[in-house]
Amino acid sequence: MDEGRARDGISRRDALRWMILGGAGLAFADRVPVFAQAAATPAPAAKARAVIQIWMWGGPPHTDTFDPKPNAGYDYTGPLNQVLDTNVPGIQIGQLLPQLAQQADKYSIIRSMTHGINGHETAAYIVQTGRPPGGRLVYPALGAVVSKFMGYDGGYTGLVPPYVVLTQPQGRFDEAGFLGPRYKPFATGGDPNARRFVVEGVVSANISDERQAGRRELLHSLDTLRQAMPEHPEAAKLATVEEKAYDMILGDAGKLFDLSTEDPELRQRYGRNTFGQSCLMARRLVGAGVPFVTINYAGWDTHKQHFETMRWKLPQMDAGMATLLQDLADHELLDSTIVWWSGEFGRTPRVAWEAPWNGGRHHFGQCFSAVVAGGGFKGGQVVGASDATGEHVVERPVYPIDLLGSICELLGIGPEGPMPNPRGQELMVMAPSDEATPSAGRLTEIM
Amino acid sequence: MLHVIRPSLLAMAVLIAAVGATATLAQPVRPFESVDWSIPANGVDTRVLAALEQRGIEPALPCSDEVFIRRAYLDVIGTLPEPEDVRSFLADDRPEKRAELIEALLAREEFADYWALKWCDLLRVKAEFPINLWPNAVQAYHRWIRDAVRENRPYDQFVRELLTSSGSNFRVPPVNFYRAAQNREPSGLAEVVALTFMGTRIGNWPEERRANLAAFFSRVAYKGTDEWKEQIVYSDPTANDTFEAVFPDGTTVTIGPGEDPRVAFADWLITADNPWFARSIVNRVWSWLMGRGIVHEPDDLRPDNPPVNPALLSYLEDELVASGYDLKHIYRLILNSRTWQQSSIARSDDPDATAMFACYPVRRLDAEVLIDALDWIGGTGESYTSPVPEPFTWIPEEQRTIALADGSITSTFLQMFGRPPRDTGLESERSTDTTDAQRLYLLNSTDVYRRIANSIRLRRIAIAAGGDTAELIGGVYLTLLSREPTADELAAAQAYWQTSRLSSENAAIDLAWALVNSMEFLYRH
Repeated sequence: MDEGRARDGISRRDALRWMILGGAGLAFADRVPVFAQAAATPAPAAKARAVIQIWMWGGPPHTDTFDPKPNAGYDYTGPLNQVLDTNVPGIQIGQLLPQLAQQADKYSIIRSMTHGINGHETAAYIVQTGRPPGGRLVYPALGAVVSKFMGYDGGYTGLVPPYVVLTQPQGRFDEAGFLGPRYKPFATGGDPNARRFVVEGVVSANISDERQAGRRELLHSLDTLRQAMPEHPEAAKLATVEEKAYDMILGDAGKLFDLSTEDPELRQRYGRNTFGQSCLMARRLVGAGVPFVTINYAGWDTHKQHFETMRWKLPQMDAGMATLLQDLADHELLDSTIVWWSGEFGRTPRVAWEAPWNGGRHHFGQCFSAVVAGGGFKGGQVVGASDATGEHVVERPVYPIDLLGSICELLGIGPEGPMPNPRGQELMVMAPSDEATPSAGRLTEIM
Repeated sequence: MLHVIRPSLLAMAVLIAAVGATATLAQPVRPFESVDWSIPANGVDTRVLAALEQRGIEPALPCSDEVFIRRAYLDVIGTLPEPEDVRSFLADDRPEKRAELIEALLAREEFADYWALKWCDLLRVKAEFPINLWPNAVQAYHRWIRDAVRENRPYDQFVRELLTSSGSNFRVPPVNFYRAAQNREPSGLAEVVALTFMGTRIGNWPEERRANLAAFFSRVAYKGTDEWKEQIVYSDPTANDTFEAVFPDGTTVTIGPGEDPRVAFADWLITADNPWFARSIVNRVWSWLMGRGIVHEPDDLRPDNPPVNPALLSYLEDELVASGYDLKHIYRLILNSRTWQQSSIARSDDPDATAMFACYPVRRLDAEVLIDALDWIGGTGESYTSPVPEPFTWIPEEQRTIALADGSITSTFLQMFGRPPRDTGLESERSTDTTDAQRLYLLNSTDVYRRIANSIRLRRIAIAAGGDTAELIGGVYLTLLSREPTADELAAAQAYWQTSRLSSENAAIDLAWALVNSMEFLYRH
């Protein structure tokens, strides 16, 4: 069920408008006219060539992380009522993120994300596609858009697929949308923190390289039908993809996933857990030229035991993400790599103390935070603001499409450029194509 | 080494020109082809061959019995044959065995499963976004569709029920036809009606003509009930205007107050001389079995997209009408034709050979059929995910994927292998493309490895073979490729036992792995 449904008789689309107007108290006058920039504009010059998306699946609490409200009272803060000064004067973040506090000069915090939807699926869709659901098309997520423009169609020749998810796919909606299966992410499976990172299809747990080579020869000698029609287009296609697959299985691509060659001390700093090592893996992937990596970081849907969970989970996030930012900078990759941290929504600033939640936070799409770093985004900035409790956007709303459009622009993908689609409709890559998609303009203040 | 004998096309052309006969000259490719036809040419064949002859295209040879049984199982019931059925079929030397097998397969329960799946793609049977039929209605609708396929309900009756029913989406399942549209406005309903039953995309019709068609659905109304997600679809009885409705062929009808214009539309559509109705369905059935429509694509009938073989199309239309809209009659005609029973190895390099049906088309297995085959080998069940944790999303372990009702219930495998999302009802939604991700999965995933390594079916073969490697290899071939190995294949496989220095168990795993990854396993051929 979509919990974001405002009330009977109001469609999701109406609900979105209604919540934005009534909930956040913002005037539509703030909005950029939908088609003001629809005329063909040349693709912007690229500053970034890769994105690492830290997907906080379940919805992270904005008030316990990047938008703390220490003075809101115990009903809001719970036990986490302290803040940390960062290395940027004037910017404070939550008390469980000490390492990130020392990296604040590298990232900018958006404290005015809003879409008003409180259902996981719908919110995950809108945050990653920029579009309200319910239209006639299922739009692709940003990763698939990047894969379309910067992947194999865009001249990418790497062996690792251009859109990688560490480690499990999100599953809740089809990331490739109308672009089709070719643009779906490659999900690694396995665990980068395990002794051997078994990457589904690439690094096998059971088969030695010698046996791989031997049985490939066996396959060739027994592929009788293929030999009977070598010129057939399907046979030729099969041969091509097989060659590519073996380049990955037996070649350098497989070595890319071998984390044992990294400095043990660095691995320790990232954190010896799945998220920490996924961050390290992500750095290796963008270092090898992969344009889009999603770290699907689950476990943030804390309706119950919220604070207990935060006490062990936020330090993991802190170490992994802070080390990633520093390590990208050390490898001179940060200037060309966008790090994008966000969930599908935030969590209710007011704590649900009552049974059965006993100190939980629920879904909150009306006001939440996102973090961006690198690839042309300025560091040490705060965009927008929420009110004293973190429940309403009071300054500079940022809709999902504004953020996604900004990322596209930095990647050199014109957000107003044409978006290929199966029905041949005139759609724009990451700019509102219809009335139902609100926008307050791209993040020029931090670009 | 394998001896594939393919006379060069040039040499063949010379021979054909010289002798004037074709089939007896070409050497069959073993084990895929045979020399002589054991079945007579039928009405389909005379029309296909006439067109080929006119173009100077040579048809392919007959497919072998080994190819035939695998093809028949996969095309008719989306299922691999059991090894013992293959063995007895190959041992049978009566000429009528092919026709008998076709008849037996048409009567199987899996026939209903597999073709209901196809219909559910076209009718967009999907609980969630963007169709939103909801789970309960999906189950009712799927069952109704499957029942219709199973009892071979006359096609005219099937369509009339879909077009004219009124009532609850739970209790009168065909009303879900009008709910399974992303746009439930009259214009959106006109679009799906034309696409589904006229094989026509009205997007490029003139606006007036589209509006005329939409008018037939202007009284379709929906209302909720106290039951969760129940919805009543009905024709608005309070509409009190009278209007002149114009059919797509320009004829008109007067719709009075309270009348249901859907009925008038169905009366017009379902007639023997309607230019769209019979044509669109026989063309679809042909494309499902022959890989390509006589009009291609099968849901794009329009004057500037002519049929590649008009005589063949009219013949099938006439046969459908004369049989009382018996779809199985059309299946029978096609399946018993030499055209469908040709080899997939083309004998002509004319660029139009495939489009004119001069060979059987090679196609990758459908996602659902392939995962069922892998589950059948491994003795495993697929685990599915659904976007919404609602009732009816629990799937029993032994559930076949071809029998899955709901397009919203999916798996990584199904998405990877191009199962249609059921968003539009377009035939092109299904992808049988071969991608890098698929190849990596099949060649090297732990999932495929586990299925093979843990397969009880394969272990039984090993036990039955005792220590006899040749018998083990034969059993694996019969199970996975529905045939015995050729002498060359047997020698190559036996050599692997020697050279790989693997245990017999691991060598058998690699043999099964190699066959699963062969074109012969992965493609209909």
